[in-house]
Amino acid sequence: MSSRLLIAGGTVVDPANGVHASCDVLVLDGEIVEVAAPGHGAGSGVDLLDATGCLVVPGLIDMHVHLREPGYEYKETIETGSRAAAVGGFTAVACMANTNPVNDSAAVTETIIEKARAANLVRVYPIGAVTMGLQGEQLAEIGEMRRAGIVAVSDDGQPIMSGELMRRALEYAGMFGIPVIAHEEDRGIACGGVMHEGAVSLRLGLKGVPSAAETVMVARDIALAEQTGGRVHIAHVSAAGSVELIRSAKARGIAVTGEASPHHFTLTDAAVDGYNTNAKMNPPLRCESDVAAVRAGIRDGTLDVIASDHAPHHRDEKDVEFDAALNGIVGLETALPLALRLIAEADIPIDTLIRAMSTNPARILGVPGGSLSVGAPADIAIIDPKRRWRVDPAVFASKSRNTPFGGWEMEGQAVATIVGGRVVHRATISGRRRKSA
Amino acid sequence: MTFRHLLGLEGMSCEEILYLLDTAASFREISEREIKKVPTLRGKTVVGVFYEASTRTRVSFEIAAKRMSADFVSLSASTSSVTKGETLLDTARNLAAMRPDGIILRHPSSGAPHFLAQRVECPIINAGDGAHEHPTQALLDLLTIRERRGSLDDLKVAIVGDILHSRVARSNLHALRALGAEVRLIGPPTLLPRALREWAAVTSDLAEGVRGVDVIMTLRIQRERQGANYFPSLDEYSRYFCLNQAAVRLAKPDVLIMHPGPINRGIEIASDVADGPYSVIMDQVTNGVALRMAVLYLLVSGAQQEASEAQPVAHAPRLRRRAG
Amino acid sequence: MSERAVMDAQGVERALTRIAHEILERNRGTERLALVGIRSRGVHLAERLRAKIAAIEHSELPTGIIDITLYRDDLSRARQQPAVKGTDIRFPIDGRRVLLVDDVLFTGRTVRAALDALVDFGRPQNVQLVVLIDRGHRELPIRADYVGKNLPTAVNESVHVRLVESDGCDEVAITRDED
Repeated sequence: MSSRLLIAGGTVVDPANGVHASCDVLVLDGEIVEVAAPGHGAGSGVDLLDATGCLVVPGLIDMHVHLREPGYEYKETIETGSRAAAVGGFTAVACMANTNPVNDSAAVTETIIEKARAANLVRVYPIGAVTMGLQGEQLAEIGEMRRAGIVAVSDDGQPIMSGELMRRALEYAGMFGIPVIAHEEDRGIACGGVMHEGAVSLRLGLKGVPSAAETVMVARDIALAEQTGGRVHIAHVSAAGSVELIRSAKARGIAVTGEASPHHFTLTDAAVDGYNTNAKMNPPLRCESDVAAVRAGIRDGTLDVIASDHAPHHRDEKDVEFDAALNGIVGLETALPLALRLIAEADIPIDTLIRAMSTNPARILGVPGGSLSVGAPADIAIIDPKRRWRVDPAVFASKSRNTPFGGWEMEGQAVATIVGGRVVHRATISGRRRKSA
Repeated sequence: MTFRHLLGLEGMSCEEILYLLDTAASFREISEREIKKVPTLRGKTVVGVFYEASTRTRVSFEIAAKRMSADFVSLSASTSSVTKGETLLDTARNLAAMRPDGIILRHPSSGAPHFLAQRVECPIINAGDGAHEHPTQALLDLLTIRERRGSLDDLKVAIVGDILHSRVARSNLHALRALGAEVRLIGPPTLLPRALREWAAVTSDLAEGVRGVDVIMTLRIQRERQGANYFPSLDEYSRYFCLNQAAVRLAKPDVLIMHPGPINRGIEIASDVADGPYSVIMDQVTNGVALRMAVLYLLVSGAQQEASEAQPVAHAPRLRRRAG
Repeated sequence: MSERAVMDAQGVERALTRIAHEILERNRGTERLALVGIRSRGVHLAERLRAKIAAIEHSELPTGIIDITLYRDDLSRARQQPAVKGTDIRFPIDGRRVLLVDDVLFTGRTVRAALDALVDFGRPQNVQLVVLIDRGHRELPIRADYVGKNLPTAVNESVHVRLVESDGCDEVAITRDED
């Protein structure tokens, strides 16, 4: 394959540059060199990628995934996770620190980066732990990890229960210009609950987690961000109250950003009916009004990012009674089609979605990508918005199969993923296309 | 009417519940005979798997099974492979491979019987799963009420105590509503989830709650709850919620006092009320055996449903009724 | 499916009267006699016999009800569990001469189950079988002591006994089961 690539015939959606038009994109030596009106045709020595009927967007960036390596390779490895990302249209992922050992040191950070380089598929940006061992007691060596290559810090998986520690983290991380990504959960209020506290949990006899468990901590961390001037990014927002708090904080100019996972804008706690462990995650699926609020938050930009919170688990960890099942579902391969449903269902334009899935994550993490600017790295996703397919967990690129979306009929899929000018994923022709109206 | 499993009473129709009660009523006389046995389940093996300590429920099922001439084997968590780390699924599969004709399961996790019913071929009887349901207890409660009162239609029933954690309360709530009774739930706000208001009248005033009711069911307060700040002390709990003579006087003159047992005398119910003339607590126990005999008859005596016939479950299979 | 009447209301009445007299003749009176009807039509017949015997001898025989469902030998094969209505015998069985009453004697399995049930209640001095119709085709060595009518039938025929108490009229009819 030559180092010259022309992506022709598609519709470029590049919110960073305000572009939404039919354009051809020319790539040379891993960089975007031209985005221009169509029709020039590929010259000799240029590979042609036909993007007719497709959207050509900056490669998607998933800033919340669990790659499970080191330590939990039976669930996922950096390689299989990267493959799943590429299939999903992602050219970069940021991976959380709750590995084994925890990524609270430069050494583990370097290991992850090395493994990602060996896999040679998508860009992998490690997120370092805020505290040693995720214990919530002592700050990890954020500076050293920054030098090794982390792009943010987070104890995700765990909340930082100590207000004092969160304050120090916001202050200290600010020194290195990286955000603190907050998993918001008041352990005392959540109290061992396994699903949203409401009518469904009452019926099923399962212990519930009230929305207050999340909103209380969102309020705390917004206040601390205001106090310290630090940057806080609220991960996987699930409750209407949290969206409201973030909205008013932004209006006051506080440096807070918000994130939603596709399951929180698609499913409600009703999905747990029948004790479905593939509907068990933390924070839990909540009720209709929460889903509506999350969608509204994405629409008006209160929630800047859509990230999958890809959390692979082995079958033995999910095929058990509900209380015993681990939290989380895989998401890299279903995030995009679920987001695309919002166009029709929630009146959210594609530009907003691309902003949430590429532009903003790049900006928040301070990494290259997120746009199709000339001179930017050629991280590009080609999406066929009409491609119909059925979610079949058995053929996932991910090692794990824990998803509630098995069997769902989807419309829209990445048909090609390009990292640094190299095609790392190409969909087979097997997808069905809806006849154009 | 056919039944494959008995997982819970939620969603059961009035018709199905009455059929179970009618069948149970006809089993009562067997326990009055000199030879308390019928040969109906001869050659059948029923396994009781109890992940939670339970003497009375287990003994009740065992007696019921033996009076039906079934062989009863019981497994309790502390003595079994569970302590060696075997999962619920593996325990069940191992048991199922020995071809029992029915499994009775009590488990601390809500949904455990449903989990098994989807994966194991024999009939499953829920003897209590987490805070979810305890269908045989509620059925024997209803049997006891019906014995004394005839119909449950329009009957006023008060349930007092830790509703939040009570599977007995949930099962009773589903069944009483299906049969047309009016339910009142009484307890401190910490033990009354807000969503209950959709299902029944809710109050924290004991006197108001029991005024004019036909039946008062008191639930056991677990001592462990005290440390968890649902109420400050058992003393204070009993001051406001203990069912005493004064409260009983506010109910109808022929009120029925019930309790699933074991009783914490002086905490949720006063001794003289538990032993008094309105108490039918011992009848509940007697009826429990008849009820469980009926359940075993309906689920265990017949031909096993082919695995391929079992419908895929979108919702928890509570009690599935085949047409006819 | 066409029905053929084999006994009308008067025929039923006369048969029961004759049986009542036969019972009293063979047992030389009513001493230690008791009636037990097999659910459900056997129960009605037992009640009628009790009334007839009371009218003749001025003596009320204790009368009970047996539900043989729990003693059936074919439950394992049943796809649907038959409804259990319950047994009700309120007098001691020991030493009694029990008149077991049923509407139709066919294979004999129902009577076998009833004997098992009866024996669980005590030890009768003897058990005598009273049936309105004996249609043959025994599968067990069981015979009736008192028979209203002997009715030879083919195996693929059905005998329908109807009584006022349950069906609104007294009659016995036969139908041939079509395929």
